[in-house]
Amino acid sequence: MAPAPWFGRKAQAARKTARKSVDALPDGLWTKCPTCGEILFNKELEKNLRVCNKCGYHYKLGACDRLAMLADDGTFAEMNADLHSVDPLGFPDYAKQLAKFEERSKLTDAIVTGTCEIGGVPAVIGVMDFAFWGGSMGGVVGEKVVRAMEHAIKAKLPVVMVIASGGIRVNEGLPGLMQMAKTSAACAKLHHAGIPYIVVLTDPSMAGVLGSYGTLGDFIISEPGLLTGLTADRVAAQAQVIHVPDNFRKAEFALEHGQIDRIVPRRELKAMLVKLLQFCCGQPEEEEDAA
Amino acid sequence: MPPSWSVLDFEKPIAELDDQIAQIKQLTAEQGEDRSDEIAVLEADRDRLIEEIFANLTPWDKTLIARHPKRPYTLDYVRTIFDDYTELHGDRLFADDHAMVGGIATLDDRQVMFVGQQKGRDLKDRQYRNFGSARPEGYRKALRLAKAAAKFGRPVICFVDTPAADVSVGAEERGISEAIARNMMEISALGTPIVVVVIGEGGSGGAIGIAVGDKILMQEHAIYSVIPPEGCAAIIWRDPTKAKEAADALKLTAQGALELGVIDGIIPEPLGGAHRNMEAAARNVKAEIIKALDELEKLTVPKLLEKRYKKFRSMGAWAEGEAGESSQ
Repeated sequence: MAPAPWFGRKAQAARKTARKSVDALPDGLWTKCPTCGEILFNKELEKNLRVCNKCGYHYKLGACDRLAMLADDGTFAEMNADLHSVDPLGFPDYAKQLAKFEERSKLTDAIVTGTCEIGGVPAVIGVMDFAFWGGSMGGVVGEKVVRAMEHAIKAKLPVVMVIASGGIRVNEGLPGLMQMAKTSAACAKLHHAGIPYIVVLTDPSMAGVLGSYGTLGDFIISEPGLLTGLTADRVAAQAQVIHVPDNFRKAEFALEHGQIDRIVPRRELKAMLVKLLQFCCGQPEEEEDAA
Repeated sequence: MPPSWSVLDFEKPIAELDDQIAQIKQLTAEQGEDRSDEIAVLEADRDRLIEEIFANLTPWDKTLIARHPKRPYTLDYVRTIFDDYTELHGDRLFADDHAMVGGIATLDDRQVMFVGQQKGRDLKDRQYRNFGSARPEGYRKALRLAKAAAKFGRPVICFVDTPAADVSVGAEERGISEAIARNMMEISALGTPIVVVVIGEGGSGGAIGIAVGDKILMQEHAIYSVIPPEGCAAIIWRDPTKAKEAADALKLTAQGALELGVIDGIIPEPLGGAHRNMEAAARNVKAEIIKALDELEKLTVPKLLEKRYKKFRSMGAWAEGEAGESSQ
């Protein structure tokens, strides 16, 4: 009788190759880690907040998942949900592309803003989503950020911005670029009013968004391993930057050079936010009452 | 006679006529023959030719003029516009960035602070000026000087001429993003009149780091863009050779920027571009700066700041609600 197919050296080798290839595995059940190659069971991955349990690689997180993770259950109320992009330049294919990303990501643009409680502290929050056109900032993102900040000033609430962006949406041209000045000016108002502003960098935090409200927080914390810097690699390659260090434009590089306060793993992110918010705003009153 | 590298393709017929005129003038000088009629005819021909060529410039042609190797740079304007000027150096933190110049100057009866990116003319000078790409210390120097100006109630004049901010490893190490962001934030609330003139290339974040102000002006053939057309082509079409199409699509000309409501006015350039008559170009720039300052100095500081905030607050396009009501 032939040995069972799951025994023997050949079968073992076959399993090994199978483990390296997600294609050989049933659809939608497994994901392969892009850095260490580990095959991850999707349910496990979700439970682990989409962080590889072997090497600690942080997968990109959509705005909904991020809000579920950071906001206290049932406290999030979206603001300005009905803002959507128009085409200021008449850029080729802009409307078509927009429709594509709207359908694919089920979002109206690259940021979701609103109010919520974080560890019992009421706050204004903005969460960017890389899935919508690389988290690019155009007129809608700029307007939503500014409205969120202006609301925070009026309501005297702290602001938390979760960055996930490749930069300015070049298809919006010069008015797109002006969002940098617009959001930075709003940050000036925010600081002038004494409103706490905390920035959370997630993968990637680049270019025009980093170079405006992404670096203007009182505190800037970052997830590990993410890409952060002023120029995207494709632009840098075009400008012929040749010699770069290994961790160039990584969160660790930013920490080493004093650009951010801390690198915080995803699992500890909410606790860290709560700690910072409590430093700025004090303990939430309800909690004191309960105690 | 200009060396051939400093003549753009569409300028070649003009350069040929220029050469002819120069030759005849030289012959006249050598042989004492009077050929002024001939020269006058040729000059009239040339001017007609320039008018014809410059009436039909594409955005890409304008990009080339904005980057013209003979185009006047910041210090050229500073020397011509101001009665005297004193350059001031350093960001007090790390270094003096030669790609960003700044200092105090006299503009008729006014004391002003000027800042601006500076490009280099020859190879050595270009390297010294880092091709007009300012580093973090450049932006910090500009901010330091602008703040000093505000402290003493002097207006700030910003000359913008940069391909982009510096993209080197050192720039990232020293926080180029933070430097640009901080400039925009602090300058947006700086209590003194600020006039911005884009004199050549207004390159993206590198430009906007010193381009927040009360009056944003552009020279007729300057460009101002979220990304250089080559970079746009590389990002959108993954093909840097499609720069001409990108220049069209980006609306990066002064006329485009005015249409989009991003700038307040266009400063006319002499026939054939600023590089053909530096003095005339500077005269126009000076007149516009003075006009802008006259207007801005009538406002109280709170009013000035309110207007500045509103100006940038209203920029960008979006639509709201199901009706798709849009605002720009």
